[in-house]
Amino acid sequence: MADQPFLRMENIHKRFGNVVASAGATIDVRQGEIYALLGENGAGKSVLMNILCGVLTPNSGEIVFRGAPLRLGSPSEAIRHRIGMVHQHFMLVPNLTVVENYLLGKESPFAVLTGLKEAAARIRALSDHYGLDVRPEAYIRDLSVGERQRVEILKVLFHGIDLLVLDEPTAVLTPQETNRLLDLLRVLVADGKTVIFISHKLDEVMRVSDRVSVMRDGKVVFTTDTKSTNPRELARMMVGRDVLMDLPTKAATPGRTVLAVENLHCNNDIGLPAVRGVSFEVRAGEIVGVAGVSGNGQSELALALAGLIPATEGAIKLNGENIRGLSPGEIGRRAMAHIPEDRHKLAIVLPLPLTENVILQRYNQAPFAKGGLLAPEAIARHTRDLLQRFKVKAGGVDSPIQTLSGGNQQKLVVARELARRPDFLLISQLTRGIDIGAMEFVMQEILKQRELGKAILLISTELEELFALSDRILVIYEGRIVGEMPPDRNRLDEIGLLMAGNAPAGGAVRPPLDEARL
Amino acid sequence: MQNVVHLSFAVTTVAAAWRLATPIVFAAIGETISERAGVINIGVEGIMLLGAFTGFATVFATQDLWFGFAAAIGAGLLAGLLFAFFSITIKANQIVVGAALNLLGLGLTSFLFRTYFVSTGQGVQIAPALDIPILSDIPYIGPAFFRQNALVYSTVLVVVAARFLLRRTAFGLTLRAVGEHPKAVDVAGLSVSLYRYCAVLIGSALAAVGGAYLTLAHANQFVEAMTSGRGFIALAVVVFARWSPVGAFFVSLLFGLFYALQLVLQAEPNLGVPYQALQALPYVVTIIALVVVRNRTDAPSMLGVPYRKA
Repeated sequence: MADQPFLRMENIHKRFGNVVASAGATIDVRQGEIYALLGENGAGKSVLMNILCGVLTPNSGEIVFRGAPLRLGSPSEAIRHRIGMVHQHFMLVPNLTVVENYLLGKESPFAVLTGLKEAAARIRALSDHYGLDVRPEAYIRDLSVGERQRVEILKVLFHGIDLLVLDEPTAVLTPQETNRLLDLLRVLVADGKTVIFISHKLDEVMRVSDRVSVMRDGKVVFTTDTKSTNPRELARMMVGRDVLMDLPTKAATPGRTVLAVENLHCNNDIGLPAVRGVSFEVRAGEIVGVAGVSGNGQSELALALAGLIPATEGAIKLNGENIRGLSPGEIGRRAMAHIPEDRHKLAIVLPLPLTENVILQRYNQAPFAKGGLLAPEAIARHTRDLLQRFKVKAGGVDSPIQTLSGGNQQKLVVARELARRPDFLLISQLTRGIDIGAMEFVMQEILKQRELGKAILLISTELEELFALSDRILVIYEGRIVGEMPPDRNRLDEIGLLMAGNAPAGGAVRPPLDEARL
Repeated sequence: MQNVVHLSFAVTTVAAAWRLATPIVFAAIGETISERAGVINIGVEGIMLLGAFTGFATVFATQDLWFGFAAAIGAGLLAGLLFAFFSITIKANQIVVGAALNLLGLGLTSFLFRTYFVSTGQGVQIAPALDIPILSDIPYIGPAFFRQNALVYSTVLVVVAARFLLRRTAFGLTLRAVGEHPKAVDVAGLSVSLYRYCAVLIGSALAAVGGAYLTLAHANQFVEAMTSGRGFIALAVVVFARWSPVGAFFVSLLFGLFYALQLVLQAEPNLGVPYQALQALPYVVTIIALVVVRNRTDAPSMLGVPYRKA
């Protein structure tokens, strides 16, 4: 038994129509370890894990779990074998409470729900044990994404599992929530559970896993102890070639002021103040980063600058003209391009073809429209041109944009926005949800824009992204700019403290502009 | 003396409202259950007509009210099965299937009625009023509220049962989840289709009872298209009541009140308003209500969306 692995998935094949998602992947997982499955989007990680957890059935291949062959027809069968999965898209019903969600499907349909209190008590005990802060009576719809994820994790623990699979668990989390999650994984392993976690973020894999396998094109191409590898090697394995981890940057030579924000205020979607007197400038040829823990007003700042939510006070001057109060369309025609945080909601229309997505803002302008009619050939030519220049992998210009991977969608959004030749680029969460190859590519494109003399505001919760691209970093906390820092990794602690609302020792922080003016 | 007249007028109007609301309560509660599971069945009107006709025809043949209601429920289940097959199994557009069901209900009942009944002109024995001892003797209130037929009383039971089903049983829990996040139900190892079939069948059976009420407790006759939009009002009630059974009961009562008011006002000789305008009252109120209650955020998020497994 001792040499028998805890879990072995051997030569797993899975096809969806003509698309091969898993091409003979093989993994071994040992009991009590944190095993990371690393790979770019579309490498087949999720498919492999969905097969393990009974969501998908493989075309061929063998799974051996605890020394016995495993054939699963459904996720509930997986739970019976004490294998549980936390999906990337949560399987929680928003209009039910936590405890109701946990009991879904666990009782006979004719049963009257009498065990709610008892279950709630068990949930509370488990939650206390793992320090998860889950309230059993809370409705899912009232919880933040981070809280929902803890509810999901506790759900599989509640049902009693030995093997926990997490699919891209940190994709939706803030850095703090991510830390909390990684700590939790350690506690789970200490409790005797085995964890498999899917990721495409190298730093997390390096930090938390015991062993790591890299997947590419549906196969496992590399497996090693995490201790004996490094991010550069893992990145090379993921992409299949060397990746520039540090982008070469020249010192910026800022020119005239392109964007000037003065004492800007705006509210969030429930009417509470989110941005509370923000002032800054972005000059031609520089990239200004905005760092902050998610939820500190940076999303609203971006939306207000783009004209998508009203500013309640202050001025936004683009090339000297106050654009506050103009519509997003009017702002777009005044040389501002916007790469929004929520790509699916604000940047693209998923079911529409690439061509129509590419001309969303310019459908009525020459050369895309002639005499009030669309000019399909000019549109297709422009789309093909963008696909080629930005190395977007796509079936054809008429295929719906939802058939593209997240990274390719983002490349196309960046391509579209840059093609409008803006003076000012507003970018939120540039690399969210995209793989490392696409990440490197779009980051280099943004740097090129700086060289071309564009003014760029880069809002991000990923500090690595800000360090790699920014010329200076503003830190936002509770709707105010609380400091400005150089993009210096050695001063990470200071930035962290600012992000948490504490001025670093020595008080070297420049006072916020709006207060300085009083 | 004047006050006494006003009081008795008010009491009888409210009592009439309850009677007139009864078919709407049945249909609206049924629709609430169906919509909570994510299936919008706009064929309620057609199912009510089928229930009304089947109930009437059965009692006409057998002289037995119980048989009548049982047959109506049977017809409702059959219609529900048809709807469920197309909208859940075949995944056809629910609105289109519902519209077809309305046309089927109207056409089939009119055809059968003209073929077999139009020349007879005879009515059937309807459900008798049941006096509730003691309570029915309370002045004003007693005769108005406690001398109704069994179906009117049973609306209260139906509401309580629906609320209990949705909130206190595992079945109801799953039903609510199916309308909101069917994938989660699927992953939990339960059949989304089975639960949606059940919800649709419960809904159509209740709608059929609401229809049968019209021929077997309200009038004693079947008349073509006699539901006259009550099924559609029930659909509006569900929205207005924000998909809550208890809410649906009270909102139905409100609509019943406008039906009653309309009848009372028609009897008023010196009003100077054409009676057709008064008859339109409940429908005008429906439109106003739907315009006022625009907040649809409580709607089950997968309402009208067929579930496809990945």
